[in-house]
Amino acid sequence: MVFAENISKKFGKVTAIKDVSFQVDKGEIFGIIGPDGSGKTTLFRILTTLLLADKGSAIVDGLDVVKDFKEIRKRIGYMPGRFSLYQDLTVKENLEIFATIFDTSIEENYYLVKDIYSQIEPFKNRRAGALSGGMKQKLALSCALIHKPTVLFLDEPTTGVDPVSRKELWTMLKSLKKDGISIIVSTAYMDEASLCDRVALMSAGKFLKVETPENIIGQFNETLLSVSSNKMYELLIDLRANDKIASCFAFGDSHHITLKDRNYPITALNDYLQDMNHKNIEIFPIQPGIEDCFMELTSKESE
Amino acid sequence: MKVIEAENLTKVFGKFKAVDSITFSVEKGEIFGFLGANGAGKTTAMRMLCGLSKPSSGKATVAGFDINKDSEKVKANIGYMSQKFSLYEDLKVWENIRLFAGIYGIPRKEINYRIDEQLERLGFQNQKDTLVKSLPLGWKQKLAFSVAIVHEPKIVFLDEPTGGVDPASRRQFWELIYQAAARGITVFVTTHYMDESEYCNRVSIMVDGRIEAMDSPKNLKQKYNAASMDEVFHKLARKAVRMGD
Repeated sequence: MVFAENISKKFGKVTAIKDVSFQVDKGEIFGIIGPDGSGKTTLFRILTTLLLADKGSAIVDGLDVVKDFKEIRKRIGYMPGRFSLYQDLTVKENLEIFATIFDTSIEENYYLVKDIYSQIEPFKNRRAGALSGGMKQKLALSCALIHKPTVLFLDEPTTGVDPVSRKELWTMLKSLKKDGISIIVSTAYMDEASLCDRVALMSAGKFLKVETPENIIGQFNETLLSVSSNKMYELLIDLRANDKIASCFAFGDSHHITLKDRNYPITALNDYLQDMNHKNIEIFPIQPGIEDCFMELTSKESE
Repeated sequence: MKVIEAENLTKVFGKFKAVDSITFSVEKGEIFGFLGANGAGKTTAMRMLCGLSKPSSGKATVAGFDINKDSEKVKANIGYMSQKFSLYEDLKVWENIRLFAGIYGIPRKEINYRIDEQLERLGFQNQKDTLVKSLPLGWKQKLAFSVAIVHEPKIVFLDEPTGGVDPASRRQFWELIYQAAARGITVFVTTHYMDESEYCNRVSIMVDGRIEAMDSPKNLKQKYNAASMDEVFHKLARKAVRMGD
């Protein structure tokens, strides 16, 4: 449904996107995962025909983003990162406007937005500007869906949203997928990668990897250990001072380390830490998460 | 020593009880996570603790001062950082530190020393003259944290400090928090990253204006029979009847 090849974009001297290629299938949830400033929004604007790329080409639903931009705009749904509905219109008026612009009606495609819109329908006469963050987001998603798009672009729909509402949103996306809609969604929350069919890890304008979440984790090359003790901050310093250890990062209740010397035994590390007066030491191998993988890939990139 | 002591703290807007009689305390040097869904009342509670909003009833002392009677002294003795606004983009790195040091009333002859101290802690000596707007986001946030504690307050309030930052910067940021806590600065932090709550010594979870649970992450996971704080949060926050913020 989406086919992008070697897309590049510069703003002045700043490279926003460099040589990005990927494709998205029908009914697939494709995640673009990267921190702020990695180029996610610029890529969305190119694919939604709002910005021209310097180089490369992109096809959305069989149409060229440059030549057929008018037709693409009829077929896609786009929810930008910033709330961009009419604040002075009511919930219902906003949805009606979007339906009318796309030459349809709320009734015609109600089934598609029902799960989401029914949650805000009790407030349909409230001005959009007076809605809470979570409700604004539900309205924005309803408006992006009311014309039954073939491809849905969601730019950071979960930023600043609490974990419960985030989970709700992902449940909605799963059900839209069943209707055959392709979804391209960006996020800075790495833990959301596992909810996508495939993800692209993006950093500094480049795709570091495009894979299923399982494969990204499977391709992690290092031995990863979880280490904790009674003095977590000192532990961080002491681990970094150990020359057998390649990297060490704080991960909440434990630190994650990778080894320079894969044969360095856990018992030796335990002895080393005991000598440094650490108590309640726990060391064990763990499965990497997407964040571990992202940091491994970005550190390779900068070498 | 307690840096926050709140007793039956309540804030009512019209008929709406945004914060409903919360009682808790935070120790010196503690990293305290303040969690809750959007609309649970976190921001309102934090505004009261920072001396920006008067409680409808109940009382609290922060950094040794009564938030009802001495709100100006509360403001002078705390640090505050939010993701939304914290730095002047058109000023250089050192100028931002200089400005905030002045605002917090650090004596003129001490200021240069404080600037150097912060730059060294951050490893920013070479970026001293860089305009803040051209710094990467992760650096901005570290700098914002440093200016929030340039006056070595007893406590610093961090309102969702790490949104959108890359994972390596997020960790460096938490290392600064660890350092500050090790120096005895109490850290009061809200976040939507449940994995980050695991860095905290204790966390509280607000649901519909009340504190529904408060303990160390380890004990909370045990109590709610959960593998992660994310699970604990979902079990508690699902009970909420209020909607959004």
